[in-house]
Amino acid sequence: MATLKEVKVKIVSVKKTKQITSAMKMVATSRLRGAQMSMEAFMPYASKFAEVLGSISGNAANDASPLLVAKEEVKKVSVILCTSDRGLCGGFNVHLIKKAEQFIQSELQGKDVQLICFGKRGRDWAKKSPFEIEDEYLDVVGGKIDFSVASSSGQKMIDSFLEGAVDEVYLVYSEFISMAIQKPALKQILPIPSLEDVAGETQVDEDSSNLPEHICEPSSVTLLGEMLPKNVFIQIYDALLQTSTSEHGARMTAMENATKACEDMVDELQTTYNKARQAGITADLMDIVGGAEAIKG
Amino acid sequence: MAESLFLEVVTPQKAVVSEEAQIVVAPGSEGEFGVLKDHTTFLTSLKVGCLRYKDATGKERYVFINQGFAEVLPDKVTILAESAERRKNIDTDRCQQAKERAEKRLADESGDVDSVRAEAALMRAVQRITMSKA
Repeated sequence: MATLKEVKVKIVSVKKTKQITSAMKMVATSRLRGAQMSMEAFMPYASKFAEVLGSISGNAANDASPLLVAKEEVKKVSVILCTSDRGLCGGFNVHLIKKAEQFIQSELQGKDVQLICFGKRGRDWAKKSPFEIEDEYLDVVGGKIDFSVASSSGQKMIDSFLEGAVDEVYLVYSEFISMAIQKPALKQILPIPSLEDVAGETQVDEDSSNLPEHICEPSSVTLLGEMLPKNVFIQIYDALLQTSTSEHGARMTAMENATKACEDMVDELQTTYNKARQAGITADLMDIVGGAEAIKG
Repeated sequence: MAESLFLEVVTPQKAVVSEEAQIVVAPGSEGEFGVLKDHTTFLTSLKVGCLRYKDATGKERYVFINQGFAEVLPDKVTILAESAERRKNIDTDRCQQAKERAEKRLADESGDVDSVRAEAALMRAVQRITMSKA
């Protein structure tokens, strides 16, 4: 059995760890709030955009833009992997990486895969993987995300898609469902799956769908051509926001669990300590009583 | 007094304007256009420029718009811009720096400069500076 002093030292150190984890939890909580706020601020733009896009795409042909047309033969595929820059957030990054890995193995067998990494954790994994890293963006996820990051990276992808350097682009990110639940998700970005899908989610409940058709200036096809790339940027931005919110959520949960584990451990150690102390006292008493008996005898 | 319509300017970061306006004049890609109440539904893209509107009290207000789209409905105008800011929030020092940076990049003839982007940046900076001086 450990000596009293050893146990005591252990208790102190676990308590210190607990202080750190609970502080980290609080930091994550406040960051989470910030990230959620920027997600909320983005909502009106995203939903309005989808609504407008829906109203002009309604009568457009499905090959109105080269971004909508699937390549006949898919050889080169880009996978955008959103992860966090920092660890200590439970299985968050592992889940995302696994999702990407599974997808590549099951769907992209035999194709030339290149990775575009947002976040250091994914990048570190990608370095060890057999896939080529096309681009990496660090210090984006988790902080304040600027829309220009999404638009400049998105523009690059669109350019290489149009040039034919890449045939398909997929996005792996973390969907933020609630503070406690984040789910790795996968989305096809290019070619844009179909116009109905793009606009579908928000259009149904809007009363604007029964409004008369818009006059478009320039023509609706030109407008659509301008809006579709923007829609790609919006999806990337949305994925980044969600991943970053999820990261803080995951870290919060992880740190809460760690804090709880520390508490349990301290309790356990305290019991061990008490037992050891009691055993010590009993042994001392036995000694004294024994000694006294010996003198008497 | 004229009837008013509702003006909304939203960017991915935040809603910049959300209030009643009597008249809205926006920089459409095919030319500047004005909107009063009961305008026909209309959709257009916007270029970098200045959005002007008169608020409910009749005061003229200016908002910088960096590309985007405008949807006009009979009683509502929605502007979707990549970025936008009210005139009083324009950071002139930053614009001046951005302008110099863009000019330097355009002057660079080594060939590895993305001149389209540099030109766009220059245009934004110049527009912002002109607006803040007005």
